[in-house]
Amino acid sequence: MSKQVLLIEDEPNIIEAISFILSRDGWTVKTHSNGADAVEMVKERRPDVVILDVMLPGKSGYDILRELRDDPEINGLPVLMLTARGQTKDREIAERAGCDAFMTKPFSNADVLETVRALAAK
Amino acid sequence: MPRDTLTGSRIRERRVMAGLKQSELAKRADISPSYLNLIEHNRRRIGGKLLVDIAHALGVEPGSLTEGAETTLLATLREAASGIDMSEAEFVRVEEFAGRFPGWAALLADNQRKVETLQRSVEALTDRLTHDPHLAASLHEMLSTVTAIRSAASILAEPGDIEPEWQRRFNRNIYEDSARLADTSRSLAQYLEEADSEASETNAPQDELDGVFQKFGFHFPALETSDVDVDAVATELGQGVSQAARWLLRRAITRYRADAERMPLGESADTVAVSGNDPFAFAARFGCDLASAMRRLAHLPEDILPEPVGLAICDGSGVTTFRKPLPEFPLPRLGAGCALWPLYRALARPMMVHVEVMEQSARAAARHRGYAISQPTGPARSGEDVLFESHMLIVPEPKRDVSEQTRHVGLTCRICPHPTCEARREPSIMVASAPRKL
Repeated sequence: MSKQVLLIEDEPNIIEAISFILSRDGWTVKTHSNGADAVEMVKERRPDVVILDVMLPGKSGYDILRELRDDPEINGLPVLMLTARGQTKDREIAERAGCDAFMTKPFSNADVLETVRALAAK
Repeated sequence: MPRDTLTGSRIRERRVMAGLKQSELAKRADISPSYLNLIEHNRRRIGGKLLVDIAHALGVEPGSLTEGAETTLLATLREAASGIDMSEAEFVRVEEFAGRFPGWAALLADNQRKVETLQRSVEALTDRLTHDPHLAASLHEMLSTVTAIRSAASILAEPGDIEPEWQRRFNRNIYEDSARLADTSRSLAQYLEEADSEASETNAPQDELDGVFQKFGFHFPALETSDVDVDAVATELGQGVSQAARWLLRRAITRYRADAERMPLGESADTVAVSGNDPFAFAARFGCDLASAMRRLAHLPEDILPEPVGLAICDGSGVTTFRKPLPEFPLPRLGAGCALWPLYRALARPMMVHVEVMEQSARAAARHRGYAISQPTGPARSGEDVLFESHMLIVPEPKRDVSEQTRHVGLTCRICPHPTCEARREPSIMVASAPRKL
């Protein structure tokens, strides 16, 4: 069975592109576009890796990450955070909230693929 | 109290500056060179007659050897040192440094203060970038769109077969996203341009208010009728100015309307026809205070006056709150004017009318009569201080030989050539040869 990535992102064309490159690499890609119920979605899907955008409608990516880390059932899940602001401050917030990897938009497809592979191998 | 811990260092410093050997100075002060050596290394306390002798031998004031460096200077230097990882041993020598190299220490402290000021403005600018919601949203939108374009484009560009259906999809996505990017960047550029021009055109709300008065003139026919809606006029005149300037404008025209009510235009014109630009005649005719009379004169249409009049109003801090300049009696746009103007002198003697004939030395010596009075801004209240503001009406004065004394005044110090003025607060750029006193 192929490994599963849950992509939580609200920009449709980014969803389409990332889904395409990960699927081509053999991943099963599920997507979700709303922040409010993202945590429930993670618990339901139980993916191998989560890709989480910071700016989401309903709830911020940081808050979602903190909730994931506070939940003993799923707190070991590898999370890659995406943000459109590359300031040190944002990286700090993300790291304190407990992300495993951090990428600033615009990123390259190759980097995303490589990072997701590395996170799943942990 | 002088700190004798450093007196020795200062003696050494002065001796080296004077090019004296230790033995020579010891001989002049009638002590042994080894004792002087101990003193110079701050290992012997020194005071009284010996200090006076050494100072005399060095040709300096004894005080200059014992004076401690200024507390603020030391505090600033310590602040500067706290920013870096300085060793304790070095840190405690700050007084010695300030004592031995006062010029360099002052320079360092000055730079420290400049750095702090710059840091604050950088923080303010960063704040703006971070907290400006429009800017943040636009940038986020642009970066998201660029990300989508980049991902799709690199899928198409990379080697390997892509099914025609997917190719079409990514091509379409790129096309749509690039159109979106064009829109967002256009609106962002427009926003930045507007923000930029806002900042450059409007330095201060007071400037904007002056701009409105200059644009519409100082007489408003709309405010001369009894059924006027002050708010409507304020809204109309205040189009395109900042919120703060609108607040100032509303206050100014409310006052205008109150003056116009007490001194209606028709009767004002009659008074001018009889007594000319005389604020006392106005005050007597309408039974009002002199400051109101001055404001009314300044706001009358120019064609009914024998000649245009100027007006300056400042608050108790000396900051100009209203300015109506005359062609030959300009008023500075920023900061205060000349401290010799009756406007400011009146602040020191409230309710006393100062009338003076002035000649602005920077101009072609045109004469103006200034009437100034400092009056309370509000009603008197039991047991409370009142605030004062000063008005100065400026009336052109014919240049004929009068026995009345004329006061030479300036506009602002920077452009005033008066060489020996006691009221000067900064050097003039007009007198390059003026000696720089320290």
